[in-house]
Amino acid sequence: MTNDNFEPVIIGFTCNWCSYRAADMAGTARMKYAPNIRLIRLMCSGRLDPTFIFKALAGGADGILISGCHPGDCHYIEQNYKALRRFQLTKRVLIQMGMEPERLKLFWASAAEGAFLTSEINKFVKVIRELGPLNWNENNFRVQIPIHSIEEEVLA
Amino acid sequence: MTEKIGVYICHCGTNIAGVVDVQDVSRWVGKELASEGVVIARDYKFMCSSLGQELIQKDIQELGLTRVVVGACSPHLHESTFRNACKEVGLNPYLCELVSLREQDSWVHSDKNAATDKAKAIISGGVSRVIYHEELEPLKVPINPNTLVVGGGIAGIQAALEIADAGYHVYLVEREPSIGGHMAQFDKTFPTLDCSACILTPKMVQVGNHPNITLLTWSEVVNVEGYVGSFDVTVNKKARFIKTDTCTGCGICWEKCPKKVVDEVFEVGMANRKAIYTPFPQAVPKYPVIDAENCTYFINGKCKACEKFCPTGAIDFNQKDEEVIIKVGNIIIATGYDLFDAKRIPQYGCGRYDNVYTSLEFERLSNAAGPTGGNIILKDGKTIPKSVGIVHCVGSRDQNYNEYCSSICCMQSLKFAHLVHERTGAEVYNFYIDIRTPGKGYEEFYNRLLEERTNFVRGKVAEISSFARIPEEEGKLIIQVEDTLISKQRRIPVDMVILSSGLQSRSDAKEVAKMFGISCSAENWYIERHPKLDPIATMTEGIYIAGCAQGPKDIPASVAQGAAAAARVMGKIQQKEISLEPIRATINEEQCSGCRICNDICPFNAILYHEDKMTSEINPALCQGCGTCVAACPAGAISGTGFSNEQVLSQIEGLLLLKSLENEYSYSGD
Repeated sequence: MTNDNFEPVIIGFTCNWCSYRAADMAGTARMKYAPNIRLIRLMCSGRLDPTFIFKALAGGADGILISGCHPGDCHYIEQNYKALRRFQLTKRVLIQMGMEPERLKLFWASAAEGAFLTSEINKFVKVIRELGPLNWNENNFRVQIPIHSIEEEVLA
Repeated sequence: MTEKIGVYICHCGTNIAGVVDVQDVSRWVGKELASEGVVIARDYKFMCSSLGQELIQKDIQELGLTRVVVGACSPHLHESTFRNACKEVGLNPYLCELVSLREQDSWVHSDKNAATDKAKAIISGGVSRVIYHEELEPLKVPINPNTLVVGGGIAGIQAALEIADAGYHVYLVEREPSIGGHMAQFDKTFPTLDCSACILTPKMVQVGNHPNITLLTWSEVVNVEGYVGSFDVTVNKKARFIKTDTCTGCGICWEKCPKKVVDEVFEVGMANRKAIYTPFPQAVPKYPVIDAENCTYFINGKCKACEKFCPTGAIDFNQKDEEVIIKVGNIIIATGYDLFDAKRIPQYGCGRYDNVYTSLEFERLSNAAGPTGGNIILKDGKTIPKSVGIVHCVGSRDQNYNEYCSSICCMQSLKFAHLVHERTGAEVYNFYIDIRTPGKGYEEFYNRLLEERTNFVRGKVAEISSFARIPEEEGKLIIQVEDTLISKQRRIPVDMVILSSGLQSRSDAKEVAKMFGISCSAENWYIERHPKLDPIATMTEGIYIAGCAQGPKDIPASVAQGAAAAARVMGKIQQKEISLEPIRATINEEQCSGCRICNDICPFNAILYHEDKMTSEINPALCQGCGTCVAACPAGAISGTGFSNEQVLSQIEGLLLLKSLENEYSYSGD
């Protein structure tokens, strides 16, 4: 598989109160980002069921983006911490299944951070483009034993 | 497929159609998504116009649509428009889904092919999702007609008076012993030079006497529970040590009190007060407070001078802090600002040189009720300054401190210049980056200052020091500045410097925001619902903001915003009940295993556990609809209306439809 004409499809889960509004703000300010991302609005990043991630990856997505309110700023008090835990857990499982950890990304973005959201999306699309397509649908795909430990997440 | 779905693609003039090939999208949707149940796909110039809405309504009636997908702007803008259009012709409004083609596609992408393909994908996601939408009815909750106003500055006072005059009850909570806020400290107000106290104190008295206002000064909100229509607010009434029902405010107590304390709040350290005090003579309410930290009796158990001399026996040393719970339907937050601490810029000498004043210190100095009786004199208490330098933008428009413009400092500095000139005849120098006077009568005031021969030097002051290089500079404060209009470094010796400090958010703004469940900008100003169309409401229903808590602004703007917030609250009260979004979680009792995982995960304690049935139940009035419990339930027994698993999973499938059709697009990257 060549990566030259590879256009990744990325599913992004955003929070109604912050990151979805950051996307609105990026739009209003006509900031430009790569068109590979499709956003899904949830009321809170805490709504993110790991099943959604597996469903998206199984359905052909090459990367998953999760974005919620900054720690301490959650509209629902602290549910973004639950998203953080699920993110770490899901990432561990996905690594065990043989996926590159870079395909799952979480960052916090407030409603005022349209520019930040834009640059993070662009960075992420670049990373996924370099990784190439997720080969889950290929026949020779097998669950692998993890060979590296999970990196500590640096959280903004 | 039993659903009949109508898809409508908006051109939004050229906002969407300029980048996305809308005809191609609508053709593709009509053909490819027919298997999903799409029976009609149209594109139209402005879907939100009445003609556009009629288009949808006509199709609902004639084609019997059961679901509607509109590809237009962000749901935060027009979701309610299209939902209402559906409702008008009898389709449940929650069966309509808005896809953000503008904010998330045409406005953020420039490659037309890629944007068109993305439009197809996200419309397809919307179509797949809408199939699983359910008919929902908004939750109706009654509105408690009482209102809480937090902060007794001019914005809070205005809001409280407007609501109280309309006949509704207001609780006004103020942290300090008296209402009045920063405006009570000022001498004159720009540009008309009205005396600040003369226009403020009548309003304060009105608040104090109003039958519909419960004034809670020397009090702080410590907890907020509930939701729009019925908030339970806990207010801590700090011990005043005064029986307010017997105190007459005669003032004998603070005359007799032997303990002098530097007044760091109202007089900004420029004068003393007593340990029992009211911040200023016109304080509302008139009752003093005892500052227990400095009171001799509280320190060593002796004195009680105030108690001895009080003619009505109103002193009570045994009072304790008291927590009261107030039930209100709406809340207005008008907590104001803090002054930028000019000591953070050491080269300006604030706190090191006696005759470097901050703007608030100068307000007290020039105030007839201030420490010098309004005489503008140097720290030695007698010398009238012959030259005064006023530094603009202290801590504002500066990448090292605050990047924003504090908006009031130019006018404030011009006012200072005028007062100095008028009262002392001194030579006045204004050091500015730009002069910003955008307000009614403001530019005229600037012109007046120019005519008064005030010196204006364009340049950011580098340093203020007392190190003289030439005999003329001896004993003076020397302002080192680059005059950018003549491209020269200048050293200007003056007797007095006024630092026009900027405004910044309250030091505890973040904690307060958290308590009320509203959000802050990066600089900790409270975020409004919409920067242009709704600068009064917040994202949290029932909570409004007014005055400088939202961002730096002058008195007229604060008053206008206070009144606007009041009008919004009165509108809500008039409705008597409010419809809440029915986005709530519900537990299917049959599937619930009673594991109680959801009980602990809910931040609003909305989930009850029934010991007898061994199942959990969600209280819809307390549930805020975050959906965390839905994701956490191991039995899949919890469903989140509006964001159910079926809806999201189906949307994911729809978004990836193009990919599975191997319809790879040809975006070539940036």
